[in-house]
Amino acid sequence: MSEQRGFSIFKKSEEIGTLVLSAWRVFTEGAGLFLETLYWIFIGPFKGKSVDFKALFQQMVFMGYESVKIVFFVTFFTGIVLAMQSAHQLSKMGGTIYVASLVTISLCRELGPVLTALVLAGRIGASITAEIGSMKVNEQIEALDTMGINPVRYLVVPKFLALLFMLPILTVLGDASGMLGGYMIGVYNLKINAGLYVQTAFKFLTIKDIYTGLSKSLVFAIIITMVGVYQGLKTNGGAVGVGRATTISVVVSFIMIILADCVMTGIYFFVKM
Amino acid sequence: MANSSDIILSVRQIEKTYHGRRVLENVSFDVRRGEVFVIMGGSGCGKSTMLRIMAGGVPPTSGKVFFNGQDMSAVKGEAREKIRRRFGMSFQSAALLDYLTVEENVSLPIKEHTRLAANIISIMAQTKLNLVGLQGFAKFLPDELSGGMRKRAGLARAIAMDPEIVFYDEPTAGLDPVVCAVVDQLILDLTKKLQITSIVVTHNMESVFRIADRVAMLYQGRLLQVGTAEEIKNTADPVVQQFIRGNIEGPIQMS
Repeated sequence: MSEQRGFSIFKKSEEIGTLVLSAWRVFTEGAGLFLETLYWIFIGPFKGKSVDFKALFQQMVFMGYESVKIVFFVTFFTGIVLAMQSAHQLSKMGGTIYVASLVTISLCRELGPVLTALVLAGRIGASITAEIGSMKVNEQIEALDTMGINPVRYLVVPKFLALLFMLPILTVLGDASGMLGGYMIGVYNLKINAGLYVQTAFKFLTIKDIYTGLSKSLVFAIIITMVGVYQGLKTNGGAVGVGRATTISVVVSFIMIILADCVMTGIYFFVKM
Repeated sequence: MANSSDIILSVRQIEKTYHGRRVLENVSFDVRRGEVFVIMGGSGCGKSTMLRIMAGGVPPTSGKVFFNGQDMSAVKGEAREKIRRRFGMSFQSAALLDYLTVEENVSLPIKEHTRLAANIISIMAQTKLNLVGLQGFAKFLPDELSGGMRKRAGLARAIAMDPEIVFYDEPTAGLDPVVCAVVDQLILDLTKKLQITSIVVTHNMESVFRIADRVAMLYQGRLLQVGTAEEIKNTADPVVQQFIRGNIEGPIQMS
């Protein structure tokens, strides 16, 4: 009996060891990929290999412009829900008017960046993994390599820069459409005077609320592209492999976005800036 | 014995292990300039791995590849990339980028490695497409082409940078016999017209004897025999004979 238990403890520690090792491998490979991307962004232009502007523009249209509708949809209704929920609570304290500032600040600091990033992780992260993953299983990544075209420079850099530009812009749009949702409830349902609503909405909003939100969205953009690309390049096993990699990519992106949000909110909360 | 300057690529004591499984064991041979060199063998004998090691895409576990007498493992970084630009590779699945047209695919390596004007690059790509008989298909996307046409477009891309060696991974796999013959003829024509060396991996026996100057037979990761096509055809080796004839009975056992 005790011998068996000893064996199972040994086995458990072996499992943990393997897990730690593979987590470490993923971390180093991911960091390596990130550094290589930075290398091609900053050193590449000096070697006559700057980013392909046509590809960058195409990616910006696909990631940014084509995501406008879904980002609007999600944040607009979140704004409505947020206003209704907070009105329910605040009316008990006779402070219905503060719905305006509550909606605005929570959108700018938190919900705008996070919701936009989650929507984009589903839409863009999945498509990055599926695209690069199927290129991997169809030998296209290998073909680029044999032609002396670095896949990170050719495929990853335009996507990375495009999302880094577009996610903050979409976040601002998300903040705005969420506020619009809140305004609709505030003015048409709670019967707050329109001018007063707008005034209260921006009364407590500081510039810090805006830039903390936007700095989050930059980090989220890096997470979405790097996770998507990493999973894509690790894909093997044909069509099934592409499906699996895409699922993992979205799940990992979601978790990492929430974790990073928690860490960054913590930093902004405890460190006075 | 061939003069050393006639040898474009030599492979010495190549070993390759994947996840503890040995796929290649002590393989050594030479490829002569301007010949069509065929590596044949059954599925999983390590021939595709051998091709990738020769093309510099996969590092061997041990052993060396010499290109024009230069040890490939000793050159790194940009120097290595420069050497690899003198190689072309045609893939089993053609591996064309599917969001680019045929012409854009063929121009891609030229566009990436030279500073030529767009119209010059377009003319160069057109020339390569003419060579493989795909004039008129420049603006097509890869999935609008048949399998044979895709293979030929991949071939046009492989020769886009005027390489010294072209590596072919199963150039006739999945093609009908007539298209097979067309692709084989194309390999021969390109080798002669452009004075390139062709290294072909295949298990299509008809192809082997149609195109090969010399043949290497790989079996279970080891080099069984190297010789001219004629020598291989008349060999006494029972494994090679069974493979050529496609007999069920013989030393090759299916597991």
